[in-house]
Amino acid sequence: MPLVHNVRTRLTVNREEMSVEHDTRLTLLDFLREHQDLTGAKKGCNRGECGTCTVLVDGRRVNGCMILLADLDGAEVTTVEGLAPQGALHPVQHAFIDNDAFQCGFCTPGQIMSAVGCIAEGHAGDNAEIREWMSGNICRCSAYPQIAAAVAQAAKDMRS
Amino acid sequence: MIPFAYERAATVGEAVDRTGAPGSVLLAGGTELVNWMRLGVVGPSSVVDLKAVPGLADITADGGTVHIGPLAKLNDVAAHPLVAERMPVLTQAIHLAASGQLRYLATIGGNPLQSTRCPYFRSETPTPCNKRRPGSGCAARHGITDNQAIFGWTDDCIAVHPSDPGTALVAFDAVYTTRSAGGGRRIAARDLDTLPAEDPAAHNILRPGEVITDIEITGTAARSSYLKVRPRTSYEYARLPWRSCSISRTRWSDGRGSRSARWRCDRGGSTPPRSCSSGTASVPPLHSVPSRPGLPRRGRCRATTTRSSWLAMRSRGP
Repeated sequence: MPLVHNVRTRLTVNREEMSVEHDTRLTLLDFLREHQDLTGAKKGCNRGECGTCTVLVDGRRVNGCMILLADLDGAEVTTVEGLAPQGALHPVQHAFIDNDAFQCGFCTPGQIMSAVGCIAEGHAGDNAEIREWMSGNICRCSAYPQIAAAVAQAAKDMRS
Repeated sequence: MIPFAYERAATVGEAVDRTGAPGSVLLAGGTELVNWMRLGVVGPSSVVDLKAVPGLADITADGGTVHIGPLAKLNDVAAHPLVAERMPVLTQAIHLAASGQLRYLATIGGNPLQSTRCPYFRSETPTPCNKRRPGSGCAARHGITDNQAIFGWTDDCIAVHPSDPGTALVAFDAVYTTRSAGGGRRIAARDLDTLPAEDPAAHNILRPGEVITDIEITGTAARSSYLKVRPRTSYEYARLPWRSCSISRTRWSDGRGSRSARWRCDRGGSTPPRSCSSGTASVPPLHSVPSRPGLPRRGRCRATTTRSSWLAMRSRGP
């Protein structure tokens, strides 16, 4: 499809600086998946309801499907691929493994990024708070109790 | 989406100029516009991003009046001490809106400007909808009426406005200041939305090229809370499985030291701020709210509020 309207956006993705000319309609999610081969973020609903596209923008968790890339000039984006240095695991990733917090794994990158944000915000105080503040991430396999336990464990690990 | 030109406004004046032209719309958080563009509900030829204009996300106090910039993200508004201390009902309403992620994108000015919608409005297959295609009718009226309006509806539209923060702003008699080519105006929060009896095709009274520049809230209500009835304690619209409403209960002192109590019963109508009036009159108990024909008068619904606000309310004395 020919590009009708272009715009140039400069941003950083997983600590890599880039300058991209792109169609104005391009969302952050499609940019990550289709143009950067960063397929961790998923397209579950493409309308901001399921949370499988959750990434961090300037350290805050957001739905990648709801952001136009054009909106991100100067922004820093972190995806699950960039969460931990090569060969290491982030405490949240550790906790997800320890607590058996995924089955099919489709929602897992979004859950992990959302959990990183949730913990940084200080909203992982107890199970009820975790369930409410993580409710923007849906899990069809219903691993919710394990996911909540993983978030609680990671929050504790990161405090100490 | 159909192609559009994207530009960033450097000033409010530029945003007013550009969005006054046909086919040009304002972009704030994008959590409304991007979906509607994808679904074909709107098809602007030009999108004007307001977020580069400095100063529109500030939250300040001027004595007893708090000024909230329209571009402040919902999570930031909720967390701000001026809001959390003076009007916890707004903090709670925000926390019960959307999801944690969406609240880092959505803005306090954009949220009350959401479209009044229902599944028929959203349908990609064209169905009669006076808001999508004026004059085409209302498919919902004799269709699936789950979660539709119980106040303020007409045969032309039974959809519900989804905004929780907007409800709390009405309880506070907030005022929106706007700028437009004609100068701008001050709009009382309760007047922002358009009832279907007034114009079933319209969502709110803003005109093209009219930009909200400030939300002003005077007075404090340190003991206030937002109650939202949902089928589960999760990211969810307020639901009307039987009867449910979002109530802002405030008790505050005005500058003269007198006290008044207000209830606002909302989420019942197409325009939440006007669907049930506030004041010292009591809100009818849920089971006695008049129903539409064919719907039961009684039923169970689950009222939830944020856990922290429940604890806070319980710990406070009379």
